[in-house]
Amino acid sequence: MTIGLGAYLTVAAILFAIGMAGIFLNRKNVIVILMSIELMLLAVNINLVAFAQFLGDLAGQVFAFMVLTVAAAEAAIGLAILVAYFRNRGDIAVEDANLMKH
Amino acid sequence: MTIGTVAFFIFSAAAILSGLMVVSSRNPVHSVLFLICAFISASGLFVLMGAEYLAMVLVVVYVGAVAVLFLFVVMMLDVDFVELKQGFLNYLPFGGLLALAVVVELILVVAVWALPSDAELARAYPFMKASETVADPAGPNNIEALGLILYTDYIHLFQIAGMILLIAMIGAIVLTFRVRAGVRKQDAGVQIGRKRKDAVQVVKVRTGEGIPG
Repeated sequence: MTIGLGAYLTVAAILFAIGMAGIFLNRKNVIVILMSIELMLLAVNINLVAFAQFLGDLAGQVFAFMVLTVAAAEAAIGLAILVAYFRNRGDIAVEDANLMKH
Repeated sequence: MTIGTVAFFIFSAAAILSGLMVVSSRNPVHSVLFLICAFISASGLFVLMGAEYLAMVLVVVYVGAVAVLFLFVVMMLDVDFVELKQGFLNYLPFGGLLALAVVVELILVVAVWALPSDAELARAYPFMKASETVADPAGPNNIEALGLILYTDYIHLFQIAGMILLIAMIGAIVLTFRVRAGVRKQDAGVQIGRKRKDAVQVVKVRTGEGIPG
């Protein structure tokens, strides 16, 4: 048997769903939420590369490259915000992050 | 079953299992390590698909930089992670149901996906023969081909990527920079602007009396 496009897309779909479930399951732990977002972006990258390969168009790999760039920037900024938040509040419980409401 | 098929199943199983461990692990350090495992498995999948350059970038950038950054932050923040883990089981039915729905929907979409035939491909890409769309051993390899289009057709995208990284770097520095009180630092301007009268005092010392005051 040969591995077609559908197999790669299925793996990516499962990874994306795991990442999405991770956001719901770890609602208190913002670090794991960030990691779940990285998982979802990885799934998107697998989709892009799979389509690039099976349609024979390298543009998909260029877009995967862009997604990688943005994901790296997002991780750096997100973790910097997290460190600044921890310095001000002393913990990272995101459900207590409602200062702007009051 | 070819070795490629076996490798696909190994890498995809490893990616999915480590993804599950990332979201369900009790200790965030283990989560980060499983995230690294998921990235390495995905880069194996990239190699299987013929995207060698992206696979290497995934290992270098993600495993080498992003995951290590995560590990650094997890270890630096002194947080009671057991307390943060509470509520996991409360959200499990809803989150699991939602994830199941999404995965079923996406697989249903994938199942009906059909690649265009050669004729349709030829209509979509009139200047490219269908035989050229698969990897040609005599042609440029993946990194060459990617470089050929990245620096020509997608040069603006490439430069925007550089700007995004620059802005991210500046943003991260600005967010985490803090001025500590009481740190003695060298101030070149003060040193250069120092005059003789601020620093030196000439005192006439009489014999046998010493310096008054």
